[in-house]
Amino acid sequence: MKKIMMKGTEAIGEAAIMAGCRNFFGYPITPQNELTEYMARRLPEVGGCFLQAESEVAAVNMIYGAASVGKRAMTSTSSPGFSLMQEGISYIACAQLPAVFVNIVRGGPGLGDIQPSQGDYFQATKGGGHGDYRLIVLAPSTVQEAVTLTELAFELADKYRNPALVLADGLLGQMMEPVEIEEKQVSYDNSSWALTGAKDRPPRKVTSFNIDPYELEKMNLKLQEKYRKMEQEEPRWEEFQTEDADVLLVAYGTVGRICKSVVRMAREAGLKVGLFRPITLYPYPYKPLEELAKHVSLILTVEMSSGQMLEDVKLAALRLTRIEFYGRMAGVVPTPGEIFDHLMHLIGRR
Amino acid sequence: MTLSFVLAGFGGQGVMLMGQILAQAGMQEGKNVTWFPSYGPEMRGGTANCTVIISDEPVASPIVDTPDVVVAMNIPSLLKFEPKLKKDGFLFLNSSVIDRKPSRNNIRIIEVPANEIADKIGNLKVANMVMLGAIIAATKCVRKESVASALEYKLGEKGSSLLKLNIEAIEAGIRHVGG
Repeated sequence: MKKIMMKGTEAIGEAAIMAGCRNFFGYPITPQNELTEYMARRLPEVGGCFLQAESEVAAVNMIYGAASVGKRAMTSTSSPGFSLMQEGISYIACAQLPAVFVNIVRGGPGLGDIQPSQGDYFQATKGGGHGDYRLIVLAPSTVQEAVTLTELAFELADKYRNPALVLADGLLGQMMEPVEIEEKQVSYDNSSWALTGAKDRPPRKVTSFNIDPYELEKMNLKLQEKYRKMEQEEPRWEEFQTEDADVLLVAYGTVGRICKSVVRMAREAGLKVGLFRPITLYPYPYKPLEELAKHVSLILTVEMSSGQMLEDVKLAALRLTRIEFYGRMAGVVPTPGEIFDHLMHLIGRR
Repeated sequence: MTLSFVLAGFGGQGVMLMGQILAQAGMQEGKNVTWFPSYGPEMRGGTANCTVIISDEPVASPIVDTPDVVVAMNIPSLLKFEPKLKKDGFLFLNSSVIDRKPSRNNIRIIEVPANEIADKIGNLKVANMVMLGAIIAATKCVRKESVASALEYKLGEKGSSLLKLNIEAIEAGIRHVGG
């Protein structure tokens, strides 16, 4: 397989097509327009459907429709657009349908700006929409990983009949890196629930509504059972130079790879620094982080936010070690040098 | 071995394409590469820059504090990126546009009258390729053949008629720095 240079957004689009997605409904917003544009060009070539909706609210409900008849469907957006989709995502989660979302996060809150950010972590991992539901959240840190995780998003969405989200930021979306994308052998069985016409079988209903609270609670319990299973089976993470680490950086996505450079700088300075990079943000890899926390004297969480994932780090490691935070907001990307300087300051080397 | 570049100029001067061809050529030589753009919402005008990293190792951070090479196609780019350039790093100046001298003396300065050279070849638009020729000749980051094949890939069938002109510009840039 030949490597080609692709932008993160375009690679996500191609990966979705290779994963069997033939339905894309979206509404333009920077910095993810290359993905919408890519799907507009590519989907007709493979016999798929690209439709530019009249709004994000319309797009998410088109996904709801396509998913309910058992089709692999996807949309992509950026922060303000993702906010508009929350109602529909909650409906899809309650109706137990697979669907894939991509949020190329930009600076916020509000209309914000169009630069990279991780300020949507709470929205992505703790709800976003109303009610007791969860999104499967995958956070790539390279363009190649964006490909792998887009494919995985479709797989997990089908496995759990639950919406999945690829959470990236404007930097990963816009940057180019060499990638290999292979066609996946796609097989999934939706014969037990998809609306395919009721000929020779009893009719089915896809809904997120039940007027009887006891019945609705039963539905909720089913959802919760799924989430507990995900929490057992699906956490994914990367450890980099953690074996002998005394200081642990915790960062995800783009900041995860920036922190790899910080680890290299620290190692050159003779310091035992490692990196823990969560790949699934929900379900969060609490257990391995807790284990590592027992063996380090300091955890430095780094984010392009005011400290949102920091709360999950604390859930894993509170009282086990010292936990510090460094963050930039609103579209400012921290450089390896400034993170390194902050780390030196914390350990009293500056 | 890792080399980092910041290429900067006005929107429309072709700094993004310059960076993409550099990265594409690096990839074709089996290196790890990243290309990261930074620009405003304008279609033309405004300032634009991209960061390119070419490395034997997997690239961790796609952004750098102190690049090894800075390419300034206009004055604002010189002012913004000269202070960030690594000690002994390369500063390439488009001297057709930049009418002042850099302030540092611990860097390697290479002046390229890219617009004039491009004009002589017959098309002002290939000033970026003139500069690219100078970059590869002075830094030896990638081979000329790799750049030519990266250019062919980028231009595709639609732009194949432009290939000769662009290669000519690259060669003129190489000659300018005596490569």
